[in-house]
Amino acid sequence: MQAVTQVTTEFVKQYWAPLLCGFAIVAILPLIVGYVVLVERKIMADMQARLGPMRVGPHGLLQPIADAVKLLIKEDIIPEDADKLVFWLAPVLSVGAALLAMAGLAIGPAFQIAKDINIGILFVVGVSALGIFGIVLGGWASNSHYSLIGALRSSAQLVSYETAAGMALVSGLLFAGTLNVTSIVQAQYDQGIWFGLLAPVAFFTYLVASIAETNRAPFDLPEAESELVAGYMTEFSGFRWSLYFLAEYTNMIVVASVATTLFLGGWLRPFPRTHWLDFLDFLPMVLMTGIGIYGLLRVPKQPARVQQLFMLAVAGMCFAAAFVLAAPVLIPFFKSSLIAAVKPYHDGILGGFWFIFKVSLYIYFFMWLRFTLPRYRFDQLMRLGWHFLIPLSIINVLVIGVAMILGSHFHLEGWQLLLTTIPASVLALIIALFILNAEQKSEPQRASGDASDTYA
Amino acid sequence: MLDQVIFYLFSAVAVAGAILTVTRRNVVHSAIFLITALLATAGIFLQLRAEFLFIVQIILYVGGIMVLFVFVIMLVNLDVAVRQLRFARQKWVALLISLALAAQVGLMLWSTGKMPGQGVPVLSAVPADKLPPNSEEVAKSLFSSYLLPFEIASVLLLVAMIGAVVMAKRRA
Amino acid sequence: MLPIGHYLFLGLALFIIGVIGVVTRRNVIVILMSIELILNAVNINLVAFSRLYGDVAGQVFALFIIADAAAEAAVGLGIIIAFFRNRETVLEDEMDLLKW
Repeated sequence: MQAVTQVTTEFVKQYWAPLLCGFAIVAILPLIVGYVVLVERKIMADMQARLGPMRVGPHGLLQPIADAVKLLIKEDIIPEDADKLVFWLAPVLSVGAALLAMAGLAIGPAFQIAKDINIGILFVVGVSALGIFGIVLGGWASNSHYSLIGALRSSAQLVSYETAAGMALVSGLLFAGTLNVTSIVQAQYDQGIWFGLLAPVAFFTYLVASIAETNRAPFDLPEAESELVAGYMTEFSGFRWSLYFLAEYTNMIVVASVATTLFLGGWLRPFPRTHWLDFLDFLPMVLMTGIGIYGLLRVPKQPARVQQLFMLAVAGMCFAAAFVLAAPVLIPFFKSSLIAAVKPYHDGILGGFWFIFKVSLYIYFFMWLRFTLPRYRFDQLMRLGWHFLIPLSIINVLVIGVAMILGSHFHLEGWQLLLTTIPASVLALIIALFILNAEQKSEPQRASGDASDTYA
Repeated sequence: MLDQVIFYLFSAVAVAGAILTVTRRNVVHSAIFLITALLATAGIFLQLRAEFLFIVQIILYVGGIMVLFVFVIMLVNLDVAVRQLRFARQKWVALLISLALAAQVGLMLWSTGKMPGQGVPVLSAVPADKLPPNSEEVAKSLFSSYLLPFEIASVLLLVAMIGAVVMAKRRA
Repeated sequence: MLPIGHYLFLGLALFIIGVIGVVTRRNVIVILMSIELILNAVNINLVAFSRLYGDVAGQVFALFIIADAAAEAAVGLGIIIAFFRNRETVLEDEMDLLKW
């Protein structure tokens, strides 16, 4: 007994900070996901000239909580012929993998659960790839044809796009020279340029592949209503279904964070080394204050007293956030002796803001695509993956490597590297298009409905 | 102390997963328990500070090979296999082989323990926090001393890829 | 730190369980999975010794073994699919014809 307590105290003493961060993520993430869904519905409504959810709370701000309560108190149905154990396990696996992947991410220089792990970004990619088992096993366990076909489709899609995404990450990692998340961002600071600009083709490939990996439109046919009922989730309801939902949105956040870290400069503000742009440090504060003032202006327009109070509270939270964001910038402004003392908070808080800002932009792009593009057919999806994206990403790794060697030969640094990498990227694109063209010509014309071969 | 607890935890999970893998009647359950065992082994790798191997185990073994297994299990008809007998009649052979193996290794460990001043070495040659960054070390070793085996392995993978495609393709 | 014997015993246990699986099970897929267990047991030994001597060579060879396992699984499962297509079985004692 004594040994157990000893080990526990040792463990807690050594790892209290990551444990706390982990608890925070697991506790807050469902809430964040709920609000991401709300934002998605609002954006959809805006693009379709509607209002979206307006009933629960002012402007529907309490809708996620109402949805969560509804999902939690729904009846939990397990099909008669389902494999009980696996049916129970599959959603947990899915959400567990997605949450575990968050551990490797760094939200700003200060907030990272698994600090400075050597394998960094590989950990995130590898662990989030485990979510595929949740999908396959869930589809198999529900003992239904729609589920099984949906699961097979979904996992075929995940496996094929994971290759492209992995190769795209390799092109980015070539510039960083390390797998460690912190060092990757540091490398972008040292070079003064985002790797997404140095390797645009890799960024594009990762963007497309990450949409496919998270089963989002226009590649959402494993779970599209008009294709396979709801794919692997057909038989899941209530809380289990919401676990899958949570996993999907968490995965979105994970891929967006990976892209942000590797291609969009992580927690660095735009142009981190250009000093006349230092006023950008004030942007977060101004932004939050602006939102707060807008909230205040909306208060008198709310119909009920409760709604007015709630809107006031939202505005207050915005002002509080603005205050937190402003403190590290404004304190040295008034009292320059405190610059050194404030520096770590400055980086941590503002870095966190920029990271979350970029991740939000990436996710906004996902939503934008969802409401703009029509859905792909399954064989088109497979062809896009195998015949275009995978060759493109592999060729891109090769030519980017050559471009880097050329760059170091001519002693190019930072922005100057664009001189070699941009022609290389164009070259990769041309070669990949050429291959695609040649394949389409050599391939005998197939009946368009014949998608069965693409499973193999 | 913490190290030992982690080791015993992961090895217990690994052994239990392995036993359940070979005893379950349902192949999908077998696959799930094999995944458990492989993940626990990955944990052991991490406990041994082989970070790169840990993630390779997860990406390649669990995320690659096991997905392939699960796929094939779903492609071939399961119901036939579930209904029939689990084991072949080679129980005694299996017992004999495993006993022989256990005896062999046990004897070896016992005899090294008997040797004067030797015993079973303790993993403390290099302290854990003094180890160089693992993936860099593996990469250096892989692309310098072991370049030829690396190339051979890649050719092997290519051959296997072509072989698998040829095997699985429907004959026209 | 732990003595190396612990890791060797763990490897041994997994190896023996794998061997039992290979010898006794009838389902070819489970046999392949047991082989994966065996390879895994070997990997544990390699990594443990690599840690003991502070030399990454053991880990490099474990990498090769994983690559080998991938190749083996791909070809093996390809054979199983081809076989299943012809004979509608995955049980090894029903694979009793040299040619069909």
